[in-house]
Amino acid sequence: MIHPIPPGTRDVLPDEMRELRRLQRALLEVFEARGYGEVVTPAIEYDEVLARGEGRTGGGSYRFFDESGDLLALRSDMTVPIARLVAGRLAGAEPPHRFSYMASTYRAVRPQRGQMREFIQAGVELIGLPAPQGTAEIVEVLEAALNAAGLDRAVIGLGDADLYRQLLTEFGVEGEARDSIINRLATHDLVGLEAELSAVEGIDDDQCATCVALSQMRGGSEILEQARGLGGVAVERATARLQETFEELERRGVADRVQIDLGLLRDLGYYSGAILEVYDPAVGHVLGGGGRYDRLLERFGVDLPAAGFALYLERVHVAQMEEESRRETVGDR
Amino acid sequence: MNFQVAGLSPAKPDGPLKLAVPRGALFGETLDILDGAGIDTSEVRGDSRSLIFETEGMTLVTMRPSDVPTYVEAGAADVGITGKDVLLEQADRMVYELLDLGFGRCRMVLAGRKGDERMGESQRRLGMMRIATKYPRIATEYFERTGRQIELIEVKGSVELAPLIGLGDGIVDLVATGRTLEENDLEVREEILECTARFVANRVAHKLRAAEVDELTAKLREAAAK
Repeated sequence: MIHPIPPGTRDVLPDEMRELRRLQRALLEVFEARGYGEVVTPAIEYDEVLARGEGRTGGGSYRFFDESGDLLALRSDMTVPIARLVAGRLAGAEPPHRFSYMASTYRAVRPQRGQMREFIQAGVELIGLPAPQGTAEIVEVLEAALNAAGLDRAVIGLGDADLYRQLLTEFGVEGEARDSIINRLATHDLVGLEAELSAVEGIDDDQCATCVALSQMRGGSEILEQARGLGGVAVERATARLQETFEELERRGVADRVQIDLGLLRDLGYYSGAILEVYDPAVGHVLGGGGRYDRLLERFGVDLPAAGFALYLERVHVAQMEEESRRETVGDR
Repeated sequence: MNFQVAGLSPAKPDGPLKLAVPRGALFGETLDILDGAGIDTSEVRGDSRSLIFETEGMTLVTMRPSDVPTYVEAGAADVGITGKDVLLEQADRMVYELLDLGFGRCRMVLAGRKGDERMGESQRRLGMMRIATKYPRIATEYFERTGRQIELIEVKGSVELAPLIGLGDGIVDLVATGRTLEENDLEVREEILECTARFVANRVAHKLRAAEVDELTAKLREAAAK
């Protein structure tokens, strides 16, 4: 007899679990070796506390009352709980703080899409070290983690979370119009973007073209030069920040794994400055992401710059398998 | 196996770019625009029953238009061409929409039987219209946006049939010339939106095969402008 489990959750049997554990150990070893000790936080927290960090969605996807009537929520990531932990438990300690985690997180999904409600995130948080050093250190750890997972072809996309907000402010676009343009940029709907931009009063053709062109710029450091050619304060600021970070990455010898991508936008409300995404050519979806969230800790009463990344463990496992079978195919030839 | 691995250098994706080509109403014009962009489609045009065609530097994969977002989202195809109606109906598929190709122009409309007031009647007396459609998401969003309640009836085949034999008061459907509506004694009551063919890309392919995707986008943009 089949007793169902909720869609988006699953059981793991020993063959898979052995591989997942191997991957987890490899990642945690990388984190630990670089000074990122593992922390555990509760899977359930007060909804109010999570909502404080998650600017956009307002708390977790799954909320319920406990026996004393308090509203609890399942965590949707580890960044907010760790920000809470640092603000509370480590208020007196000298930053920077380096933490890693390996934890199940919970998000609402659309049914029948094969998306998971419960999935494991493996990541690190570096709190108290500003850009560009902090960002570069995170990328360095991420690169090492990808190598440890056997994904030596994986690429790290590096963008700037503030670029379009500042650009549109510079163009005099605010409020709802700006939100809907940012939304088009986030979903990368270029046809809709052009329509949306040309519908806004006071944006001329050049400004429209700048916005569309920026969203398509991705590649090596030459991209920054091209972008600067488009002019404007917002572009200048973002490219200067990216340039600094990229130079720091070059010094650390990890720049060739990084693709600068001015079209990058992450949908979580707390990012500011550098943002990251991880791709592997063997799989069609994003393996993880992260970036800076210099203003998140402030929401918990501690003003510290911060950055981090999370890899989706199950997706990394898929990529690992694809890369292995590809290597075997190549080896046979 | 005729399978090429493009070098062994890191971060170099495998093989030629895979393009999802929609069969059906958009098929002919899609092949025309690909010709215009310098892609050889002669084999696809032949009466071969295969679904996958190797051309120089690109693999063409033919499929139902409504499957294009699925293949492209998963990265099984790197890029693809399909109608805006399909993209809207599957708005939760995460694909990058890069270009309006301009062809395959048609309208999504609300239609009812000529001279028949059932839609208004149901609205007034039952508080909702009964609408048959193959596009539940587009229809739902349209009526929500315009503040009206409907009972949605999803059908898979010829939706024109529904109001003729009493399944629903009206239909939401795609209209190119309007002949099908005319032949079935139906008329357009409201226009919902206009649809054309779009060029879409997988998120990861757009990042990791940037040069190839951009080159193809530029060629298609040029061909579409002709």
